[in-house]
Amino acid sequence: MNNIVKEVQTELLGTSKVPAFKAGATVTVHYKIKEGNKERIQQFQGVVIQRRGSGSTETFTVRKMSGNVGVERIIPVCSPFIDKVEVNKEGDVRRARIFYFRERTGKSARIREKRHFSKEG
Amino acid sequence: MPGIIGKKIGMTSVYSAEGKATPCTLIEAGPCVVTQVKTLEKDGYEAIQLGFGERRAKNTPGALKGHFEKAKTTPKEKLAEFKGFKDLNLGDVVTSTVFTEGDFVDVVGTTKGKGFQGVVKRHGFAGVGEATHGQHNRLRAPGSIGACSFPGRVFKGMRMGGQLGNTRVKAQNLQIVKVLTEKNIILIKGSIPGHNGAFVLIQN
Repeated sequence: MNNIVKEVQTELLGTSKVPAFKAGATVTVHYKIKEGNKERIQQFQGVVIQRRGSGSTETFTVRKMSGNVGVERIIPVCSPFIDKVEVNKEGDVRRARIFYFRERTGKSARIREKRHFSKEG
Repeated sequence: MPGIIGKKIGMTSVYSAEGKATPCTLIEAGPCVVTQVKTLEKDGYEAIQLGFGERRAKNTPGALKGHFEKAKTTPKEKLAEFKGFKDLNLGDVVTSTVFTEGDFVDVVGTTKGKGFQGVVKRHGFAGVGEATHGQHNRLRAPGSIGACSFPGRVFKGMRMGGQLGNTRVKAQNLQIVKVLTEKNIILIKGSIPGHNGAFVLIQN
C-alpha cells in the first residue's frame, strides 16, 4: 500500500486496538450496540475464518454456531464500534482462510489448539 | 468557483461520527503556483493559470522556462486554467485551503486506458447468452447492426467495439470528506477517474 495512504490512515484512525491473531483462533469480540440513546456492549464469540485487507480497511470474519445456524460477522479492524477483542485460544490450522470450516459440523468442526513450547519448559 | 490541480494517491476508507465507513480517494492537492493571470483586456476573458508538480529544468522546453521565470518559480509539470479566483497575482501559491469539508466538487481526470474492447465490455451488451444451440464463436458478438436494402447503410453512432478508456472524464458532485492542510491532502468520497499518480483537476 502507498506510504502516504498509510500515513493518512494512522493519522485519522490511529493504530487498531485489535490484537494479533490468525485464522483458526477463537476470539470474543466486545462490540458496542446502540439502542435509541443507550449504548451497551454485546459479545460475539467464535472462530476467526479469515483476515483480509490491510491498514484501516482490514477486516476479519468470525463464525459461530447459534443453535443450528451458522452466523458470520465481518468486523473491520478499525471499527469504532469495537470495544475490545479477546483472543481465547489460537488454532492450529494450515490455511490463512479456513473456508472449509463452514462445511464441518459436529466432531469434525473442531480446531486443535496451537501450543507454544519454550525451550526451557 | 475556484479549483486546484491534484494528484491521485489511492483509496482508503474512514469512519464518520456515527461510525459509518466511507470509501474515500486521497488526492494530493497543491500547492499550486499562479503562473499566469489572464485578463479581460489582454486575453478576452478572466482566468488564472496554475502550475503543479516539479519538473526537471533539463526536460523543460526553453519557451516554458521563460514562462516559469516570469512567475519566479521552478518549472512545473502540469498547467491548467481556472476561473473564479479573485485577487491573485503572478507567483502566488494556492493550497488545499480553497476547499472546506462538506463542499461538493467536480473532479476531472483521464480514465484508465482499456485498449480496444468489444461491445460487451464497452457498451454493456448482453452478448448472445448461450454457448449451446449452434453457437461456436459468437458469444460476445453485437448481433444485428441494422436492416437490409432500406436504409442500405449502418446508422451513424451505432455502438460497436473500439477504444475504451483513456478519455477525459468529469466526475461530478463528489463530497469532500476531509482536508488535511499541513499535508496538502484532501479526501473525496467515492472514486475518481484515472490511475494512482495521475493528475486531476478539482473544481467546484
